[in-house]
Amino acid sequence: MAELGLQDNEFKNPVVHWIDARLPVFTAMHKEYRQFPTPKNFNYFWNFGALATVNLAIMIVTGIFLAMNYNPSTAGAFDSVQRIMRDVNWGWMIRYIHMNGASLFFVLVYVHIFRGLYYGSYKKPREMIWMLGVVLLLLLMATAFMGYVLPWGQMSFWGATVITNLFGAIPVVGHGIVTWLWGGFAVANPTLNRFFSLHYLLPFIIVGFLFLHIMAIHTVGSNNPLGIDVRGPQDTLPFHPYYTVKDSVGICVYLIVFAILVFFLPHLLADPNNSIQANPLQTPSDIVPEWYFLPFYAILRSVPNKLGGVVLLFGSILILFVLPWLDTSPVRSCRFRPIMRWLWILFVIDVFMLGYVGANKPVGIFILLGRIATVWYYVHMLIFLPLIGKLERPLPLPESISKSVLGGGALPSAAAAARPMEKA
Amino acid sequence: MRTLSLAAAVVVLGLAFSVLRVAAQETPPLPRVFWSFEGPFGTIDRAAAQRGYQVYKQVCSACHSMNLFHFRDLAGIGYTPEQITAIAASVQVPGPPNAQGQSSPISGKPADAFPSPFPTEAAAKAAFNGAVPPDMSLMANAFVGGPSYIYGILNGFRNPPSGVAVPPGRYYNIYFPGNFIAMPPPLHDSAVTYADGTPATVPQMAHDVATFLYFVANPHVDQRKRIGAHVVLFLVFITGLTYALKRKVWSEVEH
Repeated sequence: MAELGLQDNEFKNPVVHWIDARLPVFTAMHKEYRQFPTPKNFNYFWNFGALATVNLAIMIVTGIFLAMNYNPSTAGAFDSVQRIMRDVNWGWMIRYIHMNGASLFFVLVYVHIFRGLYYGSYKKPREMIWMLGVVLLLLLMATAFMGYVLPWGQMSFWGATVITNLFGAIPVVGHGIVTWLWGGFAVANPTLNRFFSLHYLLPFIIVGFLFLHIMAIHTVGSNNPLGIDVRGPQDTLPFHPYYTVKDSVGICVYLIVFAILVFFLPHLLADPNNSIQANPLQTPSDIVPEWYFLPFYAILRSVPNKLGGVVLLFGSILILFVLPWLDTSPVRSCRFRPIMRWLWILFVIDVFMLGYVGANKPVGIFILLGRIATVWYYVHMLIFLPLIGKLERPLPLPESISKSVLGGGALPSAAAAARPMEKA
Repeated sequence: MRTLSLAAAVVVLGLAFSVLRVAAQETPPLPRVFWSFEGPFGTIDRAAAQRGYQVYKQVCSACHSMNLFHFRDLAGIGYTPEQITAIAASVQVPGPPNAQGQSSPISGKPADAFPSPFPTEAAAKAAFNGAVPPDMSLMANAFVGGPSYIYGILNGFRNPPSGVAVPPGRYYNIYFPGNFIAMPPPLHDSAVTYADGTPATVPQMAHDVATFLYFVANPHVDQRKRIGAHVVLFLVFITGLTYALKRKVWSEVEH
């Protein structure tokens, strides 16, 4: 039936049929977003990947409109942002969406990462998904950092100065690298120009890596709260309509939170110092990064040696690349790992503690707390994950997803209680 | 039970940290002031903001610029176009250069920004022992506490405690970090005569001008909250519908 070279397809619409025969995008969408067999036991934590994708789209769209009215020069940047806030039609809304969207992006991504840690989503065969995710995290951080510099407030300028100076800790070539990053001998106009350019570029690189991230997921299939493999069609549901509708519920709730931030608490997460134009001659009494960098900032300041601090700072993220090989347990989900389950909770508390320490001046008790929390971070990664996997005796795994969700199999009561949202 | 004990531990830790934090503060906590624009449904008190504008014009504007705020923006606190045109015309703004390249001041138009009282930053610096009076356009957003901080500073001038030597050209203010502020006490009772007959006490003027400056820094705040209420209501409705749809779709499968 198919003519030579044309792709056979079952679409009735003649236009769709004609296009798909030459470029099978409709077949691909049908396969990946309609039929795609998805474990039937996801809880709402599985929403956060889709939410982050929606957030990315919102950031790109609002960012394009902001860029139309932004002036990337040290003389004009601050006033042009204020012009957006005051005089551009709906400018205040677009900018508040973009500004709070950056914070929400990290909320979503951090929940997504901790979900992956709890349910062992980084383990074989999903190492590639995880590593692409770490690349996405690094790109997101770079994009957020450069975006924060653009309004050219006091914290923009001094944050940029502190962070770029981190590279000065590299022996021998450090100072050369910093000068090269700045395009001069201080954070100044060339720095702002290149940050603007890169801030516009990186989100599209993120889109590319996101595509690979999803392609890898669609190759090996999604993990699920039980962490056991899909045994057959009885364990899965087609992605559409089951998970499109479930993701839609999550998107609605996320939009409510987003709207409350944008319309009622737009400055909740902003530093008041950024309402003052950058002044290279006046250092703020406290230079604090945005909340989403605070845990890493705490790690940096916990080490009395600058190079050591920089190494541990970058190490804390880069170590995630080898996480699939650091964790030696064959069991994925912490539901069946009685010890790791608690260590995971302690790890979450540890990261919150680092964030808290990062928000305070490094004096008195905060120095000690920061050091303990930093050591715990690395001990968790380098000692607990390899060791507990060998020592721990996991609980019996359920036979299959379908048996488990129907009440059969060895489903411990604790696991059932941990999924109250799934009762719907 | 485990969750409970965990939550209790977190709360105890949090309290311990907040105590540590208070101990590290140098200035007293800011005065607790009621602002008409507080909360999700609060709006700018226009009468207070208009009184505050009068304080700005007669007192603050002698030293402080407000270069992101235009005369036309006064419409947001209830001034009519005619009043705004008259207000703008009463102020001299830098004019365009003539054929000889010389520029002389002309009377302002509604589209002009509030002019700076000093020709250059250096002139301002020279007049105030090196401290430039900060621009007021975003002042209500630029400090922790916002309008309450402005209110605190304006009411915070005191005689220095015995043994504290105030440097020349500085004044003692309990709410200013470090306590030595370059601004002389700007307000005294009856510094202005309010058109609406409100007694012009220092706390009253401080409150009014802080309200005005909050409006200046957030000119769209009333519109923002009004739209926000509609947006959130709409989203709650859509969330309900979507959740019902989700239950309907999933009712067919055992899960």
